[in-house]
Parts: sequence; C-alpha cells; structure tokens
Amino acid sequence: MTTFIAHTGLLTGRSLRTLSRQPAYLLFTLVQPMVWLLLFGQLFTRIAELPGFSTDSYVEYLTPGLIAMTAMMTAGWSGTSFIEDMERGVMDQTLTSPVSRGAVITGSLAYQGITTVIQSLIMFGVGLLLGARYAGGVLGVGIVLLCAVLLAVTFAALSDAVALLVRQQEALIGISQFLALPLSFLSSVMMAPALMPDWVADVATFNPLDWAAVASREALTASPDWGVIFSRVGSLLALAVVMGWLATRAFRAYQRSI
Amino acid sequence: MGSDLAIEAVELTKTYGKGDKAVRALSGVSFSVRSGVIFGLLGPNGAGKSTTVKILTTLSTPDSGHATVAGIDIRRHPDQVRRVIGYVSQKPAFDPIATGRENLVLRGRIYGMSAREARRRADELLERFRLTEAATRLTSTWSGGMQRKLDVAMGLIHRPRVLFLDEPTTGLDPEARAEMWAEISALTRTERLTVLLTTHYLEEADRLASHLVIVDRGKVVASGSPDELKRHIGGDSVQVELADEDWNGHAQRTLQAVPGVTAVTADGSRLRARVTNGAAALPGVLTALEAAGIEPVSVSVARPSLDDVYLHHAGRAFREADQAGAGRTGVAA
Repeated sequence: MTTFIAHTGLLTGRSLRTLSRQPAYLLFTLVQPMVWLLLFGQLFTRIAELPGFSTDSYVEYLTPGLIAMTAMMTAGWSGTSFIEDMERGVMDQTLTSPVSRGAVITGSLAYQGITTVIQSLIMFGVGLLLGARYAGGVLGVGIVLLCAVLLAVTFAALSDAVALLVRQQEALIGISQFLALPLSFLSSVMMAPALMPDWVADVATFNPLDWAAVASREALTASPDWGVIFSRVGSLLALAVVMGWLATRAFRAYQRSI
Repeated sequence: MGSDLAIEAVELTKTYGKGDKAVRALSGVSFSVRSGVIFGLLGPNGAGKSTTVKILTTLSTPDSGHATVAGIDIRRHPDQVRRVIGYVSQKPAFDPIATGRENLVLRGRIYGMSAREARRRADELLERFRLTEAATRLTSTWSGGMQRKLDVAMGLIHRPRVLFLDEPTTGLDPEARAEMWAEISALTRTERLTVLLTTHYLEEADRLASHLVIVDRGKVVASGSPDELKRHIGGDSVQVELADEDWNGHAQRTLQAVPGVTAVTADGSRLRARVTNGAAALPGVLTALEAAGIEPVSVSVARPSLDDVYLHHAGRAFREADQAGAGRTGVAA
C-alpha cells in the first residue's frame, strides 16, 4: 500500500512537472470554455429574465455548469498520454519495472483532479470578473470543486480505459468528442431545468454532467438544499469509483494482449 | 538460485491473434545464458527476437514453455523478476520534457531508492555515459546517440542482474553506434551483469556477443560463440562484385555450375558462393565467369561470416529474410 501511494505520488509529480513546463496546454484547454462564458454569457444575458432561472444574471447561472463541463471535456483527453506512452517505450518500461499497476491509473486520475482544480479556479475568477456573485461562500466553492474533480476523475478513467482498449489517438478523441457534446446539451449547464423540453429534463437526470451542474449551482445559493447536493455528489462518487475500477480492468486486458 | 545461469528459456511458444489471422511468433524457443556474458539474439526482422524478450521481461506471457531469469520463474514470480532486470526497449522510453537527471532520479525512486540514493546513482551513471554536461538540459534537446545512452542508463539505475537491450543501435549513425558498442562491451566488466541483446545487425552480434543464438521464423536455428558457429559450417566464400546488377541472374547460374560451389546468394551486385576451400575454387570461378562473358569488378575469398552461418541454417540470405520480415514486424516483432 505504501508503494502504491509512493508510486502514485511519483507519477502524478512527473505529469505536473511536464505541465509546469508547458503551461500553455492548460490555457489551451480553457479557450473553449472562455468562449462559452464570454460569448454565451453576453449573447444570452436576457435569458435569465425568464421565469425558471433562479438568478437574474446569466453568467452567474452559467459559470458553475461550465466549470463542470470543462472538467469533463478536459478529462476526455487523459488517455492520450497513455497512448503516447505506448507509442514510445514508456509503457513497456513501466510494465517491466515494479511499478504498482494501480498507481499508473491513480497517478493519471490524481493529475487530472489537480489540473481540474486549477482550471475551475481560473474560471471562477473570470465569472466573478464578469459580475457573477455567489452567496454560497467558501463552502459552496469547495463543493463546486469537488463536483468538478469527481466528474474529471470519472471521465479521465473512462478515457484511460478506452485508450488502453483502442490504442489509437484518433479513435480515442473521436469517442470522447462523440460523448461530450450530447452530454453538454442534454444537461442544465446552459438552460434552466424548468425551461427544458420534458424529455431533455428526463434524460438529464441520468447525465453525470447534469448531476455536477445541479449540485454546483445549489451549493452556491444562499441556503442550499443539502439533500439535492448529497444525492448528486454521492452518485458522482459512485460513478467515479466504477470508472476507476473499469480502467484497471482495461489495464489488465492491455497487458494480456502484448 | 545457486545456478550460474542468468537466463534459461525452455520451449517458449507464442501466437498472436486467433483463427485465420493468427501469427505464430515463437514456435519452441530454447536457450540458456551463463552469468556475466553478453549474449546475442540474432535474427532478421520478425524472427521472434522481440517476442522472446517481451516474455523474458514479463511484459508478455508465453502460451507454453517456461523460463527463469536470475533463477526466478517468470510466470510464477513476475514481480520478483522485475526487480532484478533492466529493460531497454527498441523505442525510446525517456521523458523528453524532463532533464537527463530528472529522468534517472524518477526511475530510481520507482525502484524504491531514497531521493538521495537515486540522485547519487543518477550522477554516477551520467558520469559513466559521459552525459554529465547535458544532465540539466531537457532531453528533447539531446542528440539521438545521447538519448539512446540515457535509455540504457535508465535500465541500469537499480543495478539489475540481467539487462535486456532490444536493438540498442537501430537508428543510430555509425559514430554513435560505435560508441554504443564500446559502452555495451564495458557493461559486463564494470556493472558485472549479464546482457541479453537482440539485433538484426550481423556485425553487431559478431562484435559484442560472446555467445549467440540465431533465431529464424520463431525457432532457434543455431547457437554457440560467433567463432564456433563460423568454424562449424566450415569452408569459405568467394565474393564476386559485378559491374552491373542486371547480370546477377546469369552470373548466379554460372557460379552454381562451378564444381565445389555449394550455394550462391546475391545481394544487389554482389554474389557470394560457398565453397569448401576458397583458394582451390578460385581459378574455377574465374574461368567460368570468363567463359560466360561476365566481367567482375572484383573477386575475393573470405572466411565464413555470420551471414554464411545464417544462410547455412536458415536456407536463405539474411538480408533477404530481413526485408521479407520487415513487412510484418508490426504484428510479430
């Protein structure tokens, strides 16, 4: 167990070092959400005047959901570094060394979690600059970060698993794009649940991105409904665990195939 | 574990894929390697060298057969094997966004060294491979030869007992290759380890390996020291260099008809005829060429090379097999 933790730390550290030398990568992943936040936030300013929105400011409504959406989309790329490692000799070298196999997965997930926190805080900052104000305070922000991290872990694990099974950059990116867009639009990230067509609202209740968006917005209100938050966070946690387990299974399948 | 065998492989088999698409990579490979030597696994592309190495390094499991590395059973205790081996894959394994020292230290820590211990060992290896000056630069800025040396150094960080080098000089320029050869031959002396090296360069096996096996189509076709192998097949070869490649077929048929010639192979404009005694066969070869109207650029007699050994055992010229195999290395390398 100590080896597992030590190896997770070493591998996470390696990835963070790489990121610190190529910080542009992190900014690159923020371009798209910034476009959403700045353009959508401006374009649909008056949408928040509709009944059904809990707030008068659309940016205020949009920011927490976008944070979750960005966490999901960025995490979808997680597996690409596995494929790079396979294309180079890194994966082979790892597998012939006493590296804890589980640590290879948890290292990747921990790294994804940390970058998600950084990203989310930057987006919060931009939201505040655009005039969003949240009554939920530090605890609320903490819950938003927790949701984003759980969602990132879920999708990073899925991305890692797919990477280990398909072993092709193009296929992996295709699959993750194919998932990301429908999940984004079949959620309450941009539109208040009360204003959605019924079928979309129904589908959204099974959408992990929606769980994160609902819990995040709730946590930022003045008097949050903790039942709503706990149920969504609980579901996210369970899903993250299942996906993590799936990724380790995929690792075994990969090892058997070499 | 008191045996002095560093590696023992017995009847290893491995098939990739199923049904019609199945590719048999190994069909019963056996050999043993004594401790403290450089052992060569020589064969053309796709012969099964890399598959053998993948099995011995616990990356892959054999369909049947068994093997021990440093006395440890690879199937029963793969985790123990991993602690005593170093593996330098054909493909680069260093992190290009890290410095040379960072690469080595991280590897050392993964093998359970303390930060201090790992740094000390890293500096020792950087010194040994003359990489100290570049140690704090990102490895993406290093030359190909330096990067390759770093990969080897990373394989040595934990002082393994057996080091696997998979095609260590493929893709290196001649100068870097010569340097790498010098480093490898020094390894068994200074690090006191056993090196198993795969190569499809005959010259490399000849230069470095004190013992070798020749692998062809998933089987060991010959084993021994390079000298033994050459002596064993006996005889010499007469090499004929033609002015024009077009005469190749004609010349080959002509040479085949010369008494005393047992086999002829062609490689571009160069023909090699196997004979029992080079000096005795030479006049006959020259007369036959002249009678056939072929003017060679040069004719020379050579002692057998590993190429002849390969030809003798595999029934085809090495280069020919190498090119034939290159097309399917993707599956069965």
